Amino acid sequence: MNGKMNRYVFRKMARSTLTHTFLMGVAITCLFPIFWMVRCALMTNQTVFVDEGLIPHHLDFGNFARAWTEGNFAVFFLNSVVYTTCVVTGIVIISSLAAFAFSRLDFPGKNVIFYMFVAAMMIPLPGSFVPLFVLMTKLHLVNTRLGYILCMINVGLSLSILILKTFFDKMPHELEDAARIDGCSKIGIWWHMALPFARPAIAVIVIFNALNVWNEYILAFLLLDNSNLMPLQRGLMVFQGANGTNYPVLMAGLTMAAIPIIMVYLFMQKYIVKGLSGEVVG
Amino acid sequence: MSPKSRGASVLKNNLQNFSFVLPAVVIFCIFYIYPFYKMINLSFYQWRGIGPMHFIGLENYKELMTDHLWWNSIAHAGYITLIALTFQNALAFALALACDREIRLKRFYRVVFFIPPVLSEVVVGLIWNWILNPEMQNGHYIGLLNNFLYTSGFPQLVHDWLADPKTALTTIAIVNSWKGFGWGFIIMLAGLQTIDKQLYEAARIDGAGAWKTFTHVTVPMMLPVLLVVVILTILGCMQVFVLILAMVNEGLVNYTDVPVTRIFSAMQNTNQFGYACAEAVIFGMILVCVSFILKKLSDKAKQA
Repeated sequence: MNGKMNRYVFRKMARSTLTHTFLMGVAITCLFPIFWMVRCALMTNQTVFVDEGLIPHHLDFGNFARAWTEGNFAVFFLNSVVYTTCVVTGIVIISSLAAFAFSRLDFPGKNVIFYMFVAAMMIPLPGSFVPLFVLMTKLHLVNTRLGYILCMINVGLSLSILILKTFFDKMPHELEDAARIDGCSKIGIWWHMALPFARPAIAVIVIFNALNVWNEYILAFLLLDNSNLMPLQRGLMVFQGANGTNYPVLMAGLTMAAIPIIMVYLFMQKYIVKGLSGEVVG
Repeated sequence: MSPKSRGASVLKNNLQNFSFVLPAVVIFCIFYIYPFYKMINLSFYQWRGIGPMHFIGLENYKELMTDHLWWNSIAHAGYITLIALTFQNALAFALALACDREIRLKRFYRVVFFIPPVLSEVVVGLIWNWILNPEMQNGHYIGLLNNFLYTSGFPQLVHDWLADPKTALTTIAIVNSWKGFGWGFIIMLAGLQTIDKQLYEAARIDGAGAWKTFTHVTVPMMLPVLLVVVILTILGCMQVFVLILAMVNEGLVNYTDVPVTRIFSAMQNTNQFGYACAEAVIFGMILVCVSFILKKLSDKAKQA
């Protein structure tokens, strides 16, 4: 009995060790390149090849200053912040208005229009950037902030409408009726009841669209040629093309692009997991 | 209320309601419907982006059928997708299974595995481009990987991973999997957690071992979720582009170009807008067909 018990305990421990070795190995593979990037960003061009310690002896923050000023990253960073804020705000307002109408209001052609948005989500459009570029040229929106913002709002619109509509469908009718009796207008109901009610869904929409805009590259490449208008991802590629061998400064730039998004993810990961799994499993 | 004024108030009400969806509809029509139409329309023309447009019917499509570079690029994307479907998804499933129980550090793992997916393709591509760098400076390899191979006694393995046609595409596919497995992991873990624990209990009482439980309970219950992951993997990986651009630029044409690269370079480098649109239409149709077939399969799996 005792031997059997010991064997059981031993097998359980062996399995747990094996599982943790596997999980930890993958976790290190995930983190190490990012750690190595930050490490390089904190070294100078001279020490980066000489200092072989895991943590460099001498930390140098000069690369961040150089990237910020000489590399034009101050402008890129600010642009990314502006684009992300504008696009996300636009998507939340426009998609919640539409989703509210699809869920609660009536007008002819409602279902047709709604299924149009659903269909748009189902049909992948690779290479739609070609006609989009043609259109933007015609509208004189190339090299304008407005053009890029409008394009990116469109990218996130369909999915956001769908998520919010399913959420508004769950909103109790009694609440709405009570508000209507109190003389609340439709727009008032949207603002005072629907939006606060949908807060969890809006959080999901905000985070996914923010990730998407912050990380977007193709449209930023096609639409923005002027380096004063470029967001970070575009700026990084331009910088790499011009100073490809100055790795410490490049890594400082990459760190500046990566850290904010990792921070946002760490603070909002509850909503990311909820959004991802809700979409597929729930 | 008279019928007339009632009609007017219905109309007013409808207009008022419609105004809620108006901004969305306007943006959608301008930035989705019109480009959609324009893409199909332009594919029948020869056009350099400016100047006159020549209607040439199906010529672009005919040329496309015999364009080896184009079909090769689809094969390259297919290869990247295949690696993601097998290696990446198997890894994601194994990790999800390992985390679907009370283990220490579970939250830590869950957070860490999703960090690569939140990084942009540009950031991931440039980091790996640097890690894989084959050049030497001051007696050290610049790239972490080659330096590691060199200093740990395998100098014969030092390699220009991204410039050698034999290794370039596989290297890209592996980096793509590094960036992507976290998605599958999170979705599969959520799927595993919805499986009723009583099913496992029942299987155990029936005397089923770990492997039997896995094949008879876990896999059948997970089939719909796994199919969704497969569809998302295929659609995502077939359209991979920015990652490749960041890793090799347009360096190794014929070896690392994927459909979106071809569309991009037809438009950007050779100004063949019509041809680029024809490529986009064909590629879009391929993707729609694949996802439609898989959707049908997944509906069947859900019924069973």
